[in-house]
Amino acid sequence: MTPLPANNPRMDPQSAKTGEGRVLITQLDDLINWARLSSLWPMSFGLACCAIEMMATNASHYDLDRFGVFPRPSPRQSDVMIVAGTVTFKMADRIRRLYEQMPEPRYVISMGSCSNCGGPYWEHGYHVVKGVDRIIPVDVYVPGCPPRPEALIGGILKLQEKIRGIAPAPEAINPSA
Amino acid sequence: MTAKAIFEKLLLAFGQESFPAFDAEAKQPLLTVAVDKLVEICIFLKQDPDLAFDLLNNLSGVDFGPEVQTKAVFYHLTSLFHEHQLGLKVEVPRSGEVAVPSVAGVWRTADWHEREAFDLVGIPFSGHPDLRRILMPEDWPGHPLEKDYQEPEFFHGIQVAYEAPASRPEEAGPPDLGSN
Repeated sequence: MTPLPANNPRMDPQSAKTGEGRVLITQLDDLINWARLSSLWPMSFGLACCAIEMMATNASHYDLDRFGVFPRPSPRQSDVMIVAGTVTFKMADRIRRLYEQMPEPRYVISMGSCSNCGGPYWEHGYHVVKGVDRIIPVDVYVPGCPPRPEALIGGILKLQEKIRGIAPAPEAINPSA
Repeated sequence: MTAKAIFEKLLLAFGQESFPAFDAEAKQPLLTVAVDKLVEICIFLKQDPDLAFDLLNNLSGVDFGPEVQTKAVFYHLTSLFHEHQLGLKVEVPRSGEVAVPSVAGVWRTADWHEREAFDLVGIPFSGHPDLRRILMPEDWPGHPLEKDYQEPEFFHGIQVAYEAPASRPEEAGPPDLGSN
């Protein structure tokens, strides 16, 4: 084992992570928002071809984990619902229920043309809900058919930006406020 | 066997009145079958060693619309052993008063295909083991691939139509940009 060089930061007592003498001053708002936007856990479910693209975004090449995005197998552990694909009327009831099962605060990313507005099924698609925002509130719309992984990452960054601007502290400290 | 030879064999077994029409010249030979003889003929097609149609490639329902007033079911058969093919057609009135006998007992493939034809085109099948909708929600009104289908305005409180804006931009003329 090679010894650490003398100028290695780990040898410097000032920057060693001992937990002593280090103070971070911030607002509670910013702290809560930072915590929320740094671990946006999406619910892992997909509806159509957009889900393939979402899976590719989660996989090693685009690696969503570096944004703290890590799919969860249960709505009760999830912060974000990525509606990836065509929302049929048969699925609409299930999506609404899954959304209701998610704990607050919860966010929705609508991924792709179908879930934004019905996509190619807008006119003759008797079986397609013309936009998932008709059943649940949507925070970010990602255009594309399907959107590339970069576009989905862009949508997640947009959602992080949005969360950064929310003032959660009054509700978080005092639910009656 | 050629389609013609198959047809002649069927004629011997079931007689002329069981086959209203036969088109041997078509790229896929198509034999129209009387509704009440369908299952008998299908069992024969499958079990006769010279025919041996052991594979139902496809079963599809068609609505010919209010002008023609008929619906039809098409069967595409293949014998993997003899490597010959045949198409069957059964016509029923559009009103749905005559059910098509199910061939799910002959080829199990037909089970879900008949459910699909029932779900989307509204063709009733008699003797089917489990004739429920297969694609649309259980409580969906009507059969969406009928030619005169009118989609519902709302389903479970969700508006079905896209509803384009009342006046499209090109009809409304140039947008009013205001004074500034």
